[in-house]
Amino acid sequence: MTGKHIARRSLLKWLSGLFCLSAFPLRAQPADTLSARVDELTGGQTVTTGRVVVDTPRLADNGHSVPMRLSVDSPMTAQDHVRSITLLSPRNPRALMARFYLGASAGRAEIVTRVRLNGTQTVLAIAEMSDGTFWSGTAEVEVTESACLDAG
Amino acid sequence: MVARVQLPASCRAGEIITVRLVIQHPMETGFRYDVRGNRVEKNVISQLTCRYNEVEIFRAEMGSGIAANPFLQFHTIARQSGDLVFEWVDDRGVRGEERARLLVTEA
Repeated sequence: MTGKHIARRSLLKWLSGLFCLSAFPLRAQPADTLSARVDELTGGQTVTTGRVVVDTPRLADNGHSVPMRLSVDSPMTAQDHVRSITLLSPRNPRALMARFYLGASAGRAEIVTRVRLNGTQTVLAIAEMSDGTFWSGTAEVEVTESACLDAG
Repeated sequence: MVARVQLPASCRAGEIITVRLVIQHPMETGFRYDVRGNRVEKNVISQLTCRYNEVEIFRAEMGSGIAANPFLQFHTIARQSGDLVFEWVDDRGVRGEERARLLVTEA
């Protein structure tokens, strides 16, 4: 009796997994494709970890809409400010989620938005400074209900 | 397209103010299927700009990774009273515009 139940459960799990996979046929990217994306973005320049903070709930119940705050430690003066912040996902079908351009007129380098996440992942934000350097920050988000369940 | 902008009721020159914007838009990913099994074409607001007294202060390039009814919050330094003009375009070429008046009192 119990064995039967377990078998049914595992079958359901397997089927739901298949369902999720079929929603994005061959679209889920291997983990290392992000580095290619980053190189494309920076033109091969080194990206230093730090100064960028990605603030998001550790656990997102729903991947359809996850609040996300991107902030960069910068004085935001005419000489030293953030030019752009790029948000990349290692697991979404499209790695480039968004790119925000700001300048010294912003006063504070902080952007809040809501994103879609296709499952548990570590989101990467890269900031381009006015001096041409690149800085990055990450946030790990556990997603209970992936945005990919939407497809199907 | 319906949009809503939130600005402080009034502010002083030199103050850093928070700008909030919500646009009613499905932000179709292109990975969804309708009831008939046809793929729903990708349609997201790909470009958005914000100008403050005719000077661009913020620009966003968005993809399917931004949730439906996109919400954006950013900051700017209040200089003088004037309009904040938001303009955007989606993949279908539908344009939207929203403006909000910023009231700046002298510092």
